[in-house]
Amino acid sequence: MLKIENLQAEIDGKAILKGLNIEVKAGEVHAIMGPNGAGKSTLASVIAGKEEYEVTGGNIELNGEDISELAPEERAHNGVFLSFQYPVEIPGVSVTNFIKTAINETRKAKGLEDMPAKDMLKMIREKSELLEIDRKFLGRSLNEGFSGGEKKRNEIFQMAMLEPKLAILDETDSGLDIDALRIVANGVNKLKSKDNAVIVITHYQRLLDYIVPDFVHVLHDGKIVKTGDASLALELEAKGYDWIKQELV
Amino acid sequence: MSKYTEEQLEEELKTQEYKYGFYTDIESDTFPVGLNEDVVRAISKKKNEPEWMTEWRLEAFRVWEQMEEPEWANVHYEKPKFQDIAYYSAPKQKPKLNSLDEVDPELLDTFKRLGISIDEQKKLANVAVDIVMDSVSVATTFKKTLGEKGIIFMPISEAIQEHPELVKKYLGTVVPTSDNFYAALNSAVFSDGSFCYIPKGVKCPMELSTYFRINEGGTGQFERTLVVADKGSYVSYLEGCTAPMRDENQLHAAVVELIAMDDAEIKYSTVQNWYPGNKEGKGGVYNFVTKRGLCENNAKISWTQVETGSAVTWKYPSCILKGNNSVGEFYSIAVTNNFQQADTGTKMIHLGKNTKSTIISKGISAGKSQNSYRGLVQINSRAENARNFSQCDSLLMGNECGAHTFPYIETKNKSAQIEHEATTSKIGEDQLFYCNQRGIDTEKAIALIVNGFSKEVLNKLPMEFAVEAQKLLEISLEGSVG
Ligand SMILES: Nc1ncnc2c1ncn2[C@@H]1O[C@H](COP(=O)(O)OP(=O)(O)O)[C@@H](O)[C@H]1O
Ligand SMILES: [Mg+2]
Repeated sequence: MLKIENLQAEIDGKAILKGLNIEVKAGEVHAIMGPNGAGKSTLASVIAGKEEYEVTGGNIELNGEDISELAPEERAHNGVFLSFQYPVEIPGVSVTNFIKTAINETRKAKGLEDMPAKDMLKMIREKSELLEIDRKFLGRSLNEGFSGGEKKRNEIFQMAMLEPKLAILDETDSGLDIDALRIVANGVNKLKSKDNAVIVITHYQRLLDYIVPDFVHVLHDGKIVKTGDASLALELEAKGYDWIKQELV
Repeated sequence: MSKYTEEQLEEELKTQEYKYGFYTDIESDTFPVGLNEDVVRAISKKKNEPEWMTEWRLEAFRVWEQMEEPEWANVHYEKPKFQDIAYYSAPKQKPKLNSLDEVDPELLDTFKRLGISIDEQKKLANVAVDIVMDSVSVATTFKKTLGEKGIIFMPISEAIQEHPELVKKYLGTVVPTSDNFYAALNSAVFSDGSFCYIPKGVKCPMELSTYFRINEGGTGQFERTLVVADKGSYVSYLEGCTAPMRDENQLHAAVVELIAMDDAEIKYSTVQNWYPGNKEGKGGVYNFVTKRGLCENNAKISWTQVETGSAVTWKYPSCILKGNNSVGEFYSIAVTNNFQQADTGTKMIHLGKNTKSTIISKGISAGKSQNSYRGLVQINSRAENARNFSQCDSLLMGNECGAHTFPYIETKNKSAQIEHEATTSKIGEDQLFYCNQRGIDTEKAIALIVNGFSKEVLNKLPMEFAVEAQKLLEISLEGSVG
C-alpha cells in the first residue's frame, strides 16, 4: 500500500524529516508515536502533499506508484485521507455540502457522474449513525464553533464517507472524552478491511487499547528509531520517551 | 393553438419588436456628440414626449450643468469627457447571427458554465431564435396574468405615453433631479428603462424581470426605473442578468426609484455583470448608479445585489424609512478581481418611529482590486426606537488587493439601537490544503469558501437566480489564486 524510503523534507530551510522509512501493507494498522515536535504531523502532511514542505530526498509510493509529484487533491483521489490534528473552519459551508462536494469532485476525477442524491442521503444516514452523529450537526458550518471532540468526530465521519485506501489519523484522540473515543475507535474498526490501511499518530497508549496496531513505530528527530508490536506502546507508556532517547546515544 | 402557423408567429414577433422601440430610421438614429439644451429637447422630441417631460429633462440638465463630478469615492479612473458622448442613439439592433457557431467562443463557454439553456444562450448572444413555442407562450401568459391583476409593467418610455399621470406623479420624487451629478445627468438624457405599478392590495404573482425584455431593446447607458407599490401590495423585481454584458458604452449612469406605500413590500434583486475590463485593467464599464426607495408606514424595501462586473462601480442602494414601523434591508455581495474598483454600500435614513434596518455586506477582493464598503445609518430626531444592525465582512485573496470599510453613523435620537460588526478574513493556505486533501481542487475550493462566505446574501435571492449567481461568483474569481 504505502512505501516510504529515506524520506527527507524541510520547511523554510529547516530539515524536519531526516531519512524516514516505513512500509504499510493493505489490511494493516500502524501506530506512530513520538514526542512533541518529532515530525509526526509533518510526515502526515508530506504524504498528503502539502506544498509548503519541500521534499529534498527519498520517495513515497502508493500502491507501487510514485506519488511525490502529485497535487494533494490527486493523492486524495488515489485514496489518501488525512484526519487533521487541527481541522480548519469554513464558515457558511455545511458539513453536508462539504462532504457532498468532496465526494463528487473525487468521482469527477474518476470520470464518474455525481452521486445520486438518494444514494448520498442513504450513505450519510448510515455513516452518521455509525459515528453517533446528530442530524443537526450535519447542517452546521464546517468546524465553526465545534468543540475539539466534535471536530475529530467530523473528521472520522468524512473518512467514513470517502472510504479511503490509506487513512492517516493525526492525534484524533486528543480532545475526545472517553465515550467519544470509544465511538470514534469503534467507527474506525468497522471501516477497516483487508483492502485498506490505517496509520494512527498518537501520543498516548489510550487509543491503541481500542484500535489495536499491528506495528508501533517511534518517530524521533525526523526518523523512525524503533519499531515493534503493540506491546511497544505499553512500554513507552510506562517508561516515557527518554528511555528511547537514551538508548539512541 | 394548432392553427397558429409559423407565419403568424413570425408576424407576432415582428410587431413585438416594433412595440419595444426598434427604430429603422437610421439617418436620424444617432445625434452628434455633446450635450446642450437642444440635444435634451431633441431626445424628448424623438421619443414623442409630452411637454411636461421635456421641461422636466431641461430642468435636470440646467441643474447638472452647475454640478461637479463627485470625488469622494475611493475609486480612481479617468473622468469621462461628457461632451464627447453621443447622448442619443436609438437602441441598436445588434447584428443578427445565424447560429451559435458565429458567437464568440469565450462568451459561449461562459454561458455553458452558467448553465444557461441553449435557447437562452441564443437570445442573449442575439442569434436568431428558431421558433420557440415555449418562450412566446410564456411571454403571452405572463402579460395576460399581470393585466388581469391590474399590474402595469412596461418600458418607461411607453408608460410616459400610456400612463402619464402615474409617471408624472412619482418620477423624481425619491431621487430628485438635483440629487447628485449622475442622477441629474440621467434625468436629462435617460434613454429608457422600466416602469412598474402594483395596485392596492395586489400581490404580484411572479418575479418581474427585465430579463424578459433583454433582447427586445437595449435600454442604453442611462437607464431609468420606477417601481410603485400601492398600499398593501407586494412585488419582487429582478434586474440584470448573470450572463456577461458587453457594451461599447463606457459610462453607465442608471437611476432606480422605488416607492412602497403603506403596508407594501418591494424586493429588488440585482445581478450586475458588466464588462470589467481585461486582466491588465484596460476597458470596462464605469457604473455610477443611484438607487433609492421610499417606505411609508409599515412598508418594507429589500435591496439584494450581486455585483461582479464593471471596471468602476459607484452604487449605494438606499432606503428612506419615512413611515412608522417601516423596514429597510440591504444585502450585498461585491466581487472585485484584477484591476476592478468598487465603492458600494447603502444609506438607511430613519425618519419614522420604530423603523428598522439591516445591512449585510460581503466584499470579496482578489487580484489587484480595491473593494470599499461605504454605509450611512442616519437616525433622525423624531425616529423613536429606531434599530439598525450592520455587518460588513471582507474576504481577501492574495496580498495585492484591498478591502476598506467606511461606516458612518449619525444619531439624533437617544432611543436608537445600533449594532455594527465588521470582519476581515483571508482565504488561508490551510483552508485550501484542507479542501485539497478531501479531493477538492483549489479553484473549486475557492468557489466553495466564497459561496460559504456569501451565503447569507445568496439566500435572499430568488431561487433560480441564486443558483446562477453562485456560478457567477465562481467564474468571476477564476484564476485569482495560484
Ligand atoms: N510551518 C512550519 N514552519 C516552521 N517549522 C515548522 C512548521 N511546521 C512544523 N515545524 C517544525 O517542525 C517540527 C516538527 O513538527 P510536527 O511535525 O508538527 O511535530 P509533531 O506532530 O511530531 O508534534 C517542529 O520542530 C516544528 O516546530
Ligand atoms: Mg502533530
